[in-house]
Amino acid sequence: MTELSEKRASTVVSDQVVAACAPWSAVVRAGQELQIIDLQGNQAVDTLFYGFVDGRPDPAMRYSAQATVAAQRNIFLTTGSVLRAADGTALMTIVADEVGNHDTIAGACSKESNTLRYGHHTVHQHACAENFLAEATKWGMGKRDIVSNVNFFMNVPVEADGTLGIVDGLSAPGKSLTLRAEADTLVLVSNCPQINNPCNGFDPTPVRMVITET
Amino acid sequence: MPSTTSTEGARSHARAQATTAQLRVPATPEGATGVSWAEVVPAGSYATRVLGRGTRLRLTDPDGGACAHVLLFRADASWERLNVADTVKVPWQAYLGAGHPLLSDQGRVLATVVADTSGHHDALCGTSPAARAQMLLGVHKHGMDIRDVAPSVSLFKGVRVGDDGGLAFTGGAGAGATVDLLLHLPLVVVVVNAPHPLDPDPAVTDLDLVAWQAPAELTTPVSTDPEYLRALFNTESTWAAARDSEVVK
Repeated sequence: MTELSEKRASTVVSDQVVAACAPWSAVVRAGQELQIIDLQGNQAVDTLFYGFVDGRPDPAMRYSAQATVAAQRNIFLTTGSVLRAADGTALMTIVADEVGNHDTIAGACSKESNTLRYGHHTVHQHACAENFLAEATKWGMGKRDIVSNVNFFMNVPVEADGTLGIVDGLSAPGKSLTLRAEADTLVLVSNCPQINNPCNGFDPTPVRMVITET
Repeated sequence: MPSTTSTEGARSHARAQATTAQLRVPATPEGATGVSWAEVVPAGSYATRVLGRGTRLRLTDPDGGACAHVLLFRADASWERLNVADTVKVPWQAYLGAGHPLLSDQGRVLATVVADTSGHHDALCGTSPAARAQMLLGVHKHGMDIRDVAPSVSLFKGVRVGDDGGLAFTGGAGAGATVDLLLHLPLVVVVVNAPHPLDPDPAVTDLDLVAWQAPAELTTPVSTDPEYLRALFNTESTWAAARDSEVVK
């Protein structure tokens, strides 16, 4: 049996390329799938999720990195990981993953944290927190709605003594990951512009977002 | 007991209660002066205060079962709050302990862990839904709402990460452990005493809180890490810049 024949016929709802360093958002309806394709490899895709209820994101149903990690008792996200709101509600499930070890403890870069990590000369560089704010405001949200996110294709090991850090990625050109929406979910993305650490291979590149339904 | 059929009787009944009640107040630590807060938080409950810059806040687990889930906000700008991701990422360290900064989302240090006899803490797992409900009540008392119940840190109950990313619950350090936080800016502090979400057999006991004035400690950095020193710089320069000008005599 070929791989093709095993798949149910699916319809492409949306197929967009997110430019390097740019934000993106879309509502993925329950049952639809979102494939994130790392076109050129080692590109961190900072992502937040909000349950989408009555035509708007529900702050009580926003992604909780801590609830997600506690429920699966593992810091790494990969196939089978359920991305949850704080009360445990499933928002999306990773149903396919060609990379593994996606991060959800290290958060998004910001101009302000860049000053701590790399020095004050970086304060005017673009950062994910800026992308999140700019994109969140389109949906009526603001700074208080931004919380710890998922970093797809970003590799953050924790050593035995607690030392952690962003190291070279495990991804490669064309590798992808697929999420299935368990509930209507607003997906908020910052295609990470960071140039001071290896999360984007020191060279931010575009990613492709494909939403399908069967 | 006075009758409560009349307002006079009800008033007497109400006023009589405090005269016979037992209220435990945590003792003042040796050497501490200017105590501004002393409160016992029983299992399942929460406490909250606005505490000034230069306050030292001691959390104590007197009976070994406490788990303190902590949220911090700038008192004068509550949209700036504890950022747990930056708190582990910026110092390159997942486990809280003495010398660890609790960072805001604006590159400033809200508080520093200046002493720790426990070594059993967690910044990865957050709270259970029951503790989160208490946290929500705590933030409401300061005019905030569900959007402000952001990721939290847990003190006195620990978690460790295995090579495969798996999480192991390591429990507490036993009765009497203490953690001291030094506050670098005026903060809203919300503390919930409730089970850790990975605790397989929670038996939560009292959490003691005592705060006192220790402004002299602000002048001595407890870490020489460059990230920490830059966070202190950001904090101190922001604080100084916002102060009203005064005539120098």
